[in-house]
Amino acid sequence: MHLYILRRLLYTLPIIIGVTFVCFSFIHLAPGDPISAVLPENASAEVVAQIKAAYGFDQPLPVQYLRWLWNVANGDFGSSIMTRRPVISEVMPAVANTALLAITAIMLSFALGITLGLVSGFSDRRITDRSVTGFAVIGISVPHYWLGMVMVVIFAVLLRALPATGMGPAGTRIWMFTWEDLRHMILPAITLAMIPTGVLARSVRAMVAEVRRQEFVQTLKGKGLRRGRIFLHIIKNSAPPIMAIMGLQFAQLLGGSILVETVFAWPGTGFLLNAAIATRDLPLLQGTVIVLATFFVMTNLFVDILQTMVDPRVKRA
Amino acid sequence: MSAAAEAAPAARPAANAPGRRRRTGGFWQRVGRQVLRDKVALVCAVVLALIALSAIFAPWIAPADPYKTSMLRRLLPPLSPNFILGTDELGRDMLTRLLYGGRVSLSMGIAPVLFATILGGALGITAGYFGKAVNMAIMRVVDVFYAFPSVLLAVAMAGVLGAGIFNSLISLTLVFIPPITRVAESVTTQVRNQDYVEAARATGASSVRIILQHVLANVTGPILTYASSLVSIAIIISSGLSFLGLGAAPPIADWGLMLNTLRQAIYVAPINAVLPGVMIFAASVSFNLLSDSLRTAMDVRA
Repeated sequence: MHLYILRRLLYTLPIIIGVTFVCFSFIHLAPGDPISAVLPENASAEVVAQIKAAYGFDQPLPVQYLRWLWNVANGDFGSSIMTRRPVISEVMPAVANTALLAITAIMLSFALGITLGLVSGFSDRRITDRSVTGFAVIGISVPHYWLGMVMVVIFAVLLRALPATGMGPAGTRIWMFTWEDLRHMILPAITLAMIPTGVLARSVRAMVAEVRRQEFVQTLKGKGLRRGRIFLHIIKNSAPPIMAIMGLQFAQLLGGSILVETVFAWPGTGFLLNAAIATRDLPLLQGTVIVLATFFVMTNLFVDILQTMVDPRVKRA
Repeated sequence: MSAAAEAAPAARPAANAPGRRRRTGGFWQRVGRQVLRDKVALVCAVVLALIALSAIFAPWIAPADPYKTSMLRRLLPPLSPNFILGTDELGRDMLTRLLYGGRVSLSMGIAPVLFATILGGALGITAGYFGKAVNMAIMRVVDVFYAFPSVLLAVAMAGVLGAGIFNSLISLTLVFIPPITRVAESVTTQVRNQDYVEAARATGASSVRIILQHVLANVTGPILTYASSLVSIAIIISSGLSFLGLGAAPPIADWGLMLNTLRQAIYVAPINAVLPGVMIFAASVSFNLLSDSLRTAMDVRA
């Protein structure tokens, strides 16, 4: 198992390098000259050449890539064209805000999704099963940005109970467990939790139903084990694949909150990406994408290793 | 050559056998019948057909001109005289624009998945069939794209390439190629080790011939079933790109773009603002349930 973990760790390295390569290519995929954003309107050919040399764009592509990669590896993503501040100091607070929202949302959806999944998986009544499945399908197929708008309409416009946008006082200071900060969190967190809740409810239900059909459950019943103990056995057997799904959902939330953040003007990575795209601030875009993708890869890695440790049946040499 | 042709039917009975006992007809016919027997799937199919037909025939059935603006009739509430669903922020008829919107929004859900199925399918079958170094090369590149959350990749690509329907089509296709390649690779690897493929190879059939005649017939089902489950996601993400202003450009009628422009009016005309989302939702739920039913029907074979 240690060998597997080591190999899995080593394999992550080329993936991350591949990610940086894709992000590097962004600058050359974008239409127009990569430096056009920093050029004055009527720049002469000399000035253009000077600026190109200053940014290193006069070098051959592999040299440019390696130089850039070296900087990135040292935490230097260049500076934002818009604010002229280092990209890293723009990205990190945004990542923290996104993580705060994503963690709240994922806790919510773990609690709700697993409960719903267990209830419908253990229930033998058709109506319970049907309603949970229906809810799960809705959760999976609802366009979450639209759901966010509907929430705003109901709770902010019609009921005037909750704020429609922003992070409240936490936008300017560190997030604290106060009612004012919490109020701003409710709508975006519920909206963001919708998809993972649906996915989880559905997979827990399927998993439990499958394990319940296995022969060992019959044996346990036959030898007269208490229902509570049988329940524990079933949970233990369904846990590993569910954990993998949970990890994947959390990872998707980190990168997938862009649309929801836009609806609620949440100052996270989605907000930053939007700003970067609108102003064609490519270094900022690259930095944000690399940081998010690295988090994504790390979460997947963590889940994989955790799964191997929890489930002795998974033998990966 | 004739030997290879004889080997082909050997591939089929595996898929056909259970059906032959009950009724005649091919595998796909049986799957079709099964899907139509499922009431939920039938309702979804009808809903989708209605949305698609109303989008196709929008110029003939729409009550108004989708581009005709009027400063006087802005944001009329639904059920106003002459405007059943009200008007948008520029005074255009909502119903008309929702009907027209289906054209871009539905195509942008189906087209990327279609292209990705062709490209990803080809890549995955190649990787699965040839194995070894070819497999390594293709699947490791796919792994890199797997390292991006799908929404992030779509938004970043569309953002880099610039707004527009064509660019968002490219980025969405790129998002769906990796998962389809993975599925295609894994089913092809299974099929490749079957006896009938071995037999075909023994008779001297070329790789191209084996892939086209034996492998393709047996991997199309699983690949298509998987691809069908992506259409619902594609509709949500592509409308999401338009919602961010990265997809269709104004004044084109597109559900995501309508949500974007109407969002500013959310306090004045909340009902109008959320209406386009109902269409996205309806289309996405229907595709999702239909795909579920298709998967259940296909599983009969396994």
